[in-house]
Amino acid sequence: MTSMQKLYLLVPLAPLAGAILAGLFGKLIGRTASHVVTILGVLTAFIASVFIYQDVRAGHEFNGALYTWATSGGIRFEVGFLIDSLTVMMMLVVSFVSLMVHIYTIGYMAEDPGYQRFFSYISLFTFAMLMLVMSNNFLQLFFGWEAVGLVSYLLIGFWYTRPTAIYANLKAFLVNRVGDFGFLLGIGLIAAFAGSLNYAEVFAKAPELVQMVVPATGWPLMTAICIGLFIGAMGKSAQIPLHVWLPDSMEGPTPISALIHAATMVTAGIFMVARMSPLFELSETALSFVMIIGATTALFMGFLGIVQNDIKRVVAYSTLSQLGYMTVALGASAYSAAVFHLMTHAFFKALLFLGAGSVIIGMHHDQDMRNMGGLWKHMKITWITSLLGSVALIGVPFTSGFYSKDMIIDAVLESHRWGSGYAYFCVAAGVFVTAFYSFRMYFMVFHGEERFGKAHDDHSHEAKHDSDHEHHGLAAGQKPHESSWVVTVPLILLAIPSVLIGFYTIQPMLFGDWFKGAIFVSEHNDVLKEIGGHFHGSFAKALHGFFSLPFVMAMAGVLLSWFFYLKRPDIPSAIQKRFAVLYTLLDNKYYFDRFNEIVFAGGTRLLGRCFWKGGDQAVIDGVLINGSARLVAWISRMSRLLQSGLVYQYAFWVIIGVVILLALWWPYLRAGMAAF
Amino acid sequence: MTSLPYLSFSIWIPIFGGLLTLFAHSERNAHVARFMGLFFSLAGFLVTLPLYVQFDASSSTMQFVEHTNWIRYFNAHYSLGVDGISMPFIILNSFITVIVVLACWEVIQKKTAQYVAAFLIMSGLMNGIFSAQDGVLFYVFFEASLIPLYLAIGIWGGPNRVYAAIKFFLYTLAGSLLMLLAFIYLFQQSQGSFDLADWHALKLDMRAQSWIFWAFLASFSVKVPMWPVHTWLPDAHVEAPTGGSVVLAAIALKLGAYGFLRFSLPITPDASQAMAPVIIALSLIAVIYIGFVAVVQTDMKKLVAYSSIAHMGFVTLGFFMFNPLGVEGALVQMISHGFVSAAMFLCIGVLYDRMHSREISDYGGVVNVMPKFAAVFMLFSMANAGLPATSGFVGEFMVVLGAVKYNFWVGFAAATTLILGAAYTLWMYKRVMFGAVINPHVAALTDINRRESLFLGVLAICVLIMGLYPFPITEVMHASVDDLLKHVAAGKL
Repeated sequence: MTSMQKLYLLVPLAPLAGAILAGLFGKLIGRTASHVVTILGVLTAFIASVFIYQDVRAGHEFNGALYTWATSGGIRFEVGFLIDSLTVMMMLVVSFVSLMVHIYTIGYMAEDPGYQRFFSYISLFTFAMLMLVMSNNFLQLFFGWEAVGLVSYLLIGFWYTRPTAIYANLKAFLVNRVGDFGFLLGIGLIAAFAGSLNYAEVFAKAPELVQMVVPATGWPLMTAICIGLFIGAMGKSAQIPLHVWLPDSMEGPTPISALIHAATMVTAGIFMVARMSPLFELSETALSFVMIIGATTALFMGFLGIVQNDIKRVVAYSTLSQLGYMTVALGASAYSAAVFHLMTHAFFKALLFLGAGSVIIGMHHDQDMRNMGGLWKHMKITWITSLLGSVALIGVPFTSGFYSKDMIIDAVLESHRWGSGYAYFCVAAGVFVTAFYSFRMYFMVFHGEERFGKAHDDHSHEAKHDSDHEHHGLAAGQKPHESSWVVTVPLILLAIPSVLIGFYTIQPMLFGDWFKGAIFVSEHNDVLKEIGGHFHGSFAKALHGFFSLPFVMAMAGVLLSWFFYLKRPDIPSAIQKRFAVLYTLLDNKYYFDRFNEIVFAGGTRLLGRCFWKGGDQAVIDGVLINGSARLVAWISRMSRLLQSGLVYQYAFWVIIGVVILLALWWPYLRAGMAAF
Repeated sequence: MTSLPYLSFSIWIPIFGGLLTLFAHSERNAHVARFMGLFFSLAGFLVTLPLYVQFDASSSTMQFVEHTNWIRYFNAHYSLGVDGISMPFIILNSFITVIVVLACWEVIQKKTAQYVAAFLIMSGLMNGIFSAQDGVLFYVFFEASLIPLYLAIGIWGGPNRVYAAIKFFLYTLAGSLLMLLAFIYLFQQSQGSFDLADWHALKLDMRAQSWIFWAFLASFSVKVPMWPVHTWLPDAHVEAPTGGSVVLAAIALKLGAYGFLRFSLPITPDASQAMAPVIIALSLIAVIYIGFVAVVQTDMKKLVAYSSIAHMGFVTLGFFMFNPLGVEGALVQMISHGFVSAAMFLCIGVLYDRMHSREISDYGGVVNVMPKFAAVFMLFSMANAGLPATSGFVGEFMVVLGAVKYNFWVGFAAATTLILGAAYTLWMYKRVMFGAVINPHVAALTDINRRESLFLGVLAICVLIMGLYPFPITEVMHASVDDLLKHVAAGKL
């Protein structure tokens, strides 16, 4: 093993070691030691990733196995690493955001009794996510895929006494399993027809696979594989209709909403499709499907952000919508643009979530924006960094969100794929919606009238019944305070890339050859190449951005939210009453939850009871098993009646028997007699 | 080979140990009985380890062969041997016996010596089943193993134990009798041989094969159990003491599946191929139908019993696709299920010992008072739901891959276990473990003690190691499985 390979291994193992130490020996080593070991683990991973990044920049890539997991049926299942530009970018994003979240957690979870457990989980998550992105094969990808899902499950249900939290985590796991169902079938098709689960070997076989059809279905093989894999991505990256778990996942502590449910885990689906670009490029049908699902998510989930009053849920719907943007980019064959947006989004969305968390601390765990307002005076750092995050999110020129989102919109416009017209409408309209809900939140939280301090005085009394993190809020006369440095430093450190990273990286990532070899786009699909013809540097791009349609849309959104929520706060409620039907539809999140609850959850229980009571108990046990026992008992009862011990009865049976025998034999007897 | 007769050791050390333990039957000697049980089960486990260490994975022939005359009158032999298919199960069985003895330590206060003896004897008999290479010997072990389990349920079981014990006994006995008929027929056809190798080589026409196949199916399908002859299992589990459930789930169910591989497939290869669609359909029904049934169970033990049936559906599914991924995946699934189902029943036992209830609705918020237990139970639940990095994933994954290759729709149906398995396991976990403590009895629970931590910890390590590195297990199977599949593909017609 070379020293570089040891470094690769160090990246996932350092957080794992931290997780084990804090998880198994947390009580023994105490709170401080627990956060120290886990932070050191993640810091090690980050520093190692930086070294690996420089190594990759120097042109050193790696693709090799670590160990053979199992062999069977001619397939060698391995655990191994693929280190290239795409991987190393993900490693940097994951380890950096994770590091920020680890530090932030010291402040956010300071009073929580599950402090060590929390650090253990987020380090374990970091391990799993790194294994996922560093994988060179589908087996390990699936490992990481499910492992991040497990940690997400554990963290959403972190406050396990809350009924809503343990409902949300079960829901998240099961919905993700529906996605994994498709994912596993996709992997199964790959294993069956490519005879390998190694990326490079599968990609090499792709031209052969594209000729085949799936027996017993008649589907083109490549389309079936890609749609199967994408269904997995729909679960993990929360695309319609498998998005339902993500808003509920906000029941988890805010640091994990930032880390898992905004920056990293939910983008695993995007990363996976980009990694599989050599396969997706071979199926137009799958890409159209991807594009339409993504576009629908981008626009329609954005609408839901408008009617939310819980600060975290607004950010959650915004995440859904932004994931939709990334998915659209994938569908337009602009994989690099999707990954680019993944990166910028990781920074500004983690920032917005952590900012929201800081507000929540300031508000004493009240998350309702209707009780906020005017916080800018009390929480200066949170205010400024949140503003920067929001500006990046809506895509104001020069911020990183501008570059990444604009590229997606341009790519969709350039695309000629079936469904691109609809997708363009969705992503363009989505810009307005994004700006509107983002600044609605921003204005409601940081500006306008101070609406806090109205919580009931008896909240301390209430707190005895509930856990420390139940919503209670500020009592009259209390003012929110800026959070401690462990919270604000990560905010600042995330604000810097949120604003700047796009400016510096757009050229190499989208129009340079940074992703060359990692992402494959076929000649006739290469929309980014066409856009690249008009690209004359980041600065010119941003200047041009001020005069483009998306910017106008975004400004209109900001203006409208300013008018509605600062200037004339009476209007929104009037509109709400005027368009009650629409509002009810949005408030009920298009009734997805109700539908799933009745049809899927209810249907499963109903079917289960039918099979159990009807099938197992009534038919199999009742009729067949106990029935056969009863039949035996009945036959023996009947035959006992015959053995009465009365000679005349026996004589009677003998005579009847003789008559029957004679009747049966009669033809033979007659034949016999005739022969004489 | 001049090695020691490890197979005989693995059979007779537990049996004689069990008989010796019976001498400590008086109540005041209960502790002596426990230590004797621990000693003999450990000894029985240790003598199986050379089977793995000295095993030649490149060979598909029987190894550690022992062969002497037994009953000259009908040419029956005391003939033992293992290949890559049966060897892991002897080790697994002997290992589980140690766990069972540890698990009963303070729990069984009534007739301790007899309890320990029953499980030791059963362990020996099970090893006999997995290593017998003679029809009569196999049959004797196969039937004899019913008795200790029947007694375990009937004596140390719950309130409805007599119904459950008799149902279990009659069900399985009825199946076995048909198997005996098939054995006698094979004995005649092979000019008076009970040697399994002779039977494997014996030419049979389709008609004969079909009859034999159905006779075997009657016996093995009940043991597995396959849908629709599965209803004895939930009853038996619910009434059985924890140790009984552990052995039943971890080992006894594997006997039926093992029977398919050792008897049905090699003796009646053509009939097996012809009947494969039927078996696959029944297996998929087991996976889906039973999965749904498991979701709505209100009794934890019944829930895990039903999940066992669903998992065993994967085993029979894997076997009858006749591809290496399917068969090896099924074998891995059997071993994994040995660990996971044992652990699940032990976990329920831990709760039952404290609360004397198996009803899910009596619990809630256990994690608040038993955090250590909650952690291991979470691991086993995840393994039961087939999460990667646990043993539960390996077999399911391989079988699903094999199934997609065999037929996309079979793979599609099999993969639903991903959703159903998670639904029934985690919904139960949620209702039992999570939430606030409402029931005052739950508030009074104490976390697992050292002994419980020991056996659950050991199982947890097994589950994780097997999930992270199943290579050593799949490696020993290849030669035997390939040979078997070649034999089946060649057919006998």
